[in-house]
Amino acid sequence: MREVYLDHAATTPVHPEVAELIQEYLVRTYGNPSSLHRFGRRARAALEEAREQVAEALGAEPEEIVFTSGGTEADNLAIRGAALAHGRPGHIITTRVEHHAVLHTCEALEETGFEVTYLPVDRHGRIAPEQVAEAIRPDTVLVTVMLANNEVGTVQPLAAVGEICRERGVLLHSDAVQALGQLPIDVGQLGVDLLSVSGHKIYGPKGIGALYVRRGVRLSPLMYGGGHERRRRPGTENVPGIVGLGKACELAVRELAARARTMREMRDRLVEGIQARIAEVVLNGHPTERLPNNANLCFRYVEGESILLGLDSKGIAASSGSACTSGALEPSHVLMAMGLSHELAQGSVRFSVGRLTRAEDIDYVLEVLPPIVERLRNMSPLYAERGRARQAGSPPGEG
Amino acid sequence: MDHFFNPRNVGELPNPDGVGRVGNPVCGDVMKMEIKVADGRIADIKFMTFGCGAAIATSSMVTEMVKGKTLEEAMAVTNRTVAEALGGLPRAKLHCSNLAADALHRAIEDYRSKAAGSQ
Repeated sequence: MREVYLDHAATTPVHPEVAELIQEYLVRTYGNPSSLHRFGRRARAALEEAREQVAEALGAEPEEIVFTSGGTEADNLAIRGAALAHGRPGHIITTRVEHHAVLHTCEALEETGFEVTYLPVDRHGRIAPEQVAEAIRPDTVLVTVMLANNEVGTVQPLAAVGEICRERGVLLHSDAVQALGQLPIDVGQLGVDLLSVSGHKIYGPKGIGALYVRRGVRLSPLMYGGGHERRRRPGTENVPGIVGLGKACELAVRELAARARTMREMRDRLVEGIQARIAEVVLNGHPTERLPNNANLCFRYVEGESILLGLDSKGIAASSGSACTSGALEPSHVLMAMGLSHELAQGSVRFSVGRLTRAEDIDYVLEVLPPIVERLRNMSPLYAERGRARQAGSPPGEG
Repeated sequence: MDHFFNPRNVGELPNPDGVGRVGNPVCGDVMKMEIKVADGRIADIKFMTFGCGAAIATSSMVTEMVKGKTLEEAMAVTNRTVAEALGGLPRAKLHCSNLAADALHRAIEDYRSKAAGSQ
């Protein structure tokens, strides 16, 4: 069966050049970077080269990069590490549309006495920088605002938030896991003190990420052990993962413009194609301030997961942030924060294209998707009731 | 899976004897079941569902299980028997089977109250 992968926001295939390098460091250059001998020295050299590659991709200095097990650990290290270093409960500011790695970390800190302000967003999923300025208190320890949203792709006005935080002397962290490889990132320009990235979203391996820590920022470690990573993250370094992340960063920087152009073209072809073929489809997120790979769409009167099952049966991979999958029976917190109705939020599907997505892939989706939605609408009581409401001359309800 | 991709008894009945509508978009699923009753048995049944794959499959399964059965037999169908008939459901999906059985029972109650009212 034809297979089309449009779930790059979930994870990406490892780039062949990256895979080749990882293989080398698994099998041949296997030394422990802490060892004195030549095996260790070779691994150490590779580790430091990767650190330079990651730093280069973020506009940082190599010694400001701490390798972690992924984006989630980087977020935890940034937020809990800053909170612990503060030494006593304080105030944290974040947004309602953060990834759970940030939200649940903030919630856990609330249990220990921290107070957290969750900033609301507009209907496009954006905060206004002034909201941060108004929320900062004398005891505010940290502001954490994602660079781009994982569900709807909305890009936050982070540089403006950074300016405010610098002015007020408050630490700023940003989860840039989805943004890396899609937007140019410069920590100096953004004015962030801490920034999280992950390998597997940029054609690198899973289980590796990094945290940028601006020189001079005090951060307590979350784990104790050896003195690795400038005492911020103990444990023998994941050398194959780290060289993979380094290489993936190098490629992402080199190919950034070309990848973004391809993704934007494919994404627009998909969105325009769907809107031309299927009625009552809503594009979620910001119309322009969004990641080039993301298309998050609501198909009214049907539920997202049932669309995914239909697509999967035709070999197409997409995702939904919807209820049933999480077991929580709650629709996406991001779409709800944007003010969507429950009914609409349940019907959302996220397509995320990648660097290798081609027009034929999109055209296959455009051929397969309309009958799937039509079939589900034809068995939806909400669709039937809306039809009747129209016939009776009353305006269709919001549901 | 078959009940999701090829659901049985989808649609609405002309002049149904009983209608049961349960759930709302807030909880994620809406189900409607319509029945025709003859000689104390479910002569025909159709459903409409807004919901995930499991919600659609359980609706379809319920209609197959009770078609031709007496109202008493249909009332005895529970969430558990529906889930079992489908070969088990993941924990997070059990509420879907609850809704399907509830919609059926609601339709039967609707029929009974209408029948009582017309006597």
